[in-house]
Amino acid sequence: MKLYNGGKIITGLVIFLGLFLTPLAYNAGKAAYSQPKLKMPVNEKECVESKDFMRTKHMQLLNEWRDSALRNGKRVYVNSKGKEFEISLQNTCMKCHTNKAEFCDKCHLDASVTPYCWDCHIQPEGLKK
Amino acid sequence: MNHTRRNFLKFAGLTAAGLCVASAGSVMAAATAATEKASEKALQAKRWAMVIDTKRVGTKETIDVLAKACHAAHNVPDIPGRQNVKWIWAAGFDEAFDQPNNFMDESLEKREFALLCNHCASPSCVRVCPTQATYQRPDGIVAMDYHRCIGCRYCMAACPYGSRSFNFMEPRLHLDLAKLNKEFPTRMRGVVEKCNFCVERLAKGKIPACVEVSQGALVFGDLSDPASEVRKVLREHYTIRRKPALGTEPSVYYII
Repeated sequence: MKLYNGGKIITGLVIFLGLFLTPLAYNAGKAAYSQPKLKMPVNEKECVESKDFMRTKHMQLLNEWRDSALRNGKRVYVNSKGKEFEISLQNTCMKCHTNKAEFCDKCHLDASVTPYCWDCHIQPEGLKK
Repeated sequence: MNHTRRNFLKFAGLTAAGLCVASAGSVMAAATAATEKASEKALQAKRWAMVIDTKRVGTKETIDVLAKACHAAHNVPDIPGRQNVKWIWAAGFDEAFDQPNNFMDESLEKREFALLCNHCASPSCVRVCPTQATYQRPDGIVAMDYHRCIGCRYCMAACPYGSRSFNFMEPRLHLDLAKLNKEFPTRMRGVVEKCNFCVERLAKGKIPACVEVSQGALVFGDLSDPASEVRKVLREHYTIRRKPALGTEPSVYYII
């Protein structure tokens, strides 16, 4: 069997593989990704739901909260343990999580997501010009 | 056991059924038993309405007091010029009502009227909204979901009362950021906004901000309840509504 244009093909493959593997080479030796350290509320131990639930599903929960409060007029959330909370991002979530930069932003930056909550909702630190 | 096709199919069928039941069960278990409900403190009505005594709030200054309270509670910016955002504002008789009169009595000619969203029973803005960002609640309040507003301004064209304002620019540029009401959001550039009859206050058992500062000149209550304060006031006074011929059935009444 003969490989036609073998030299060019193999050179091309080597260049391709080299480029393809640059991210690996670039990150070799660096520490593995670790979840960011969040500043947790001081006075409150339990969130409206469990930590795992909040980590993976807070976006869905916030969507449900928005529709429940605005469209259905139901502004009290009864969680799976029967405890009641006011449905409000600014008046419930951010009363405990009093620092957007130390809480929300940490994961959102790492995950490279830019939710538009803060275009309208006021962050607990207040706004600056 | 014989390795027959029949046995194989039976086994495969049972396995598939078992997997379905198991996954459904785990999904049911994962779904939280959480529910939402209305607060016990919340004020409730079948149809909210407002009566404005224009003899008592009939000047720019008195209406400004209402506007200040409202705009502070809802973080409404004050933008100079035609791009201003307003939830409640003052206007003369000709602008407020479609009943021009050449020879009006002097007191009425000079009187200013507090105008706001009428929270119509058949709101034209709700009919035209392509995303249902504006909608009518069961208690008659015409509310807005700013998350869903795409800024097409159909509602502004449809509203015969000019009750809606468009955010032509970032409203936060014209707000005093130190004096924001941190319990309520602002809006962003590119959405329409208007009076919400203070749904967020009603949910906490409080009457609307403008009614609170009006010293009784504004009355708020349930139009469907014959014993309510608004119905009592409506029985005792001559009142008119804005542009009734259009058939939108406004919920804001003016004592003349």
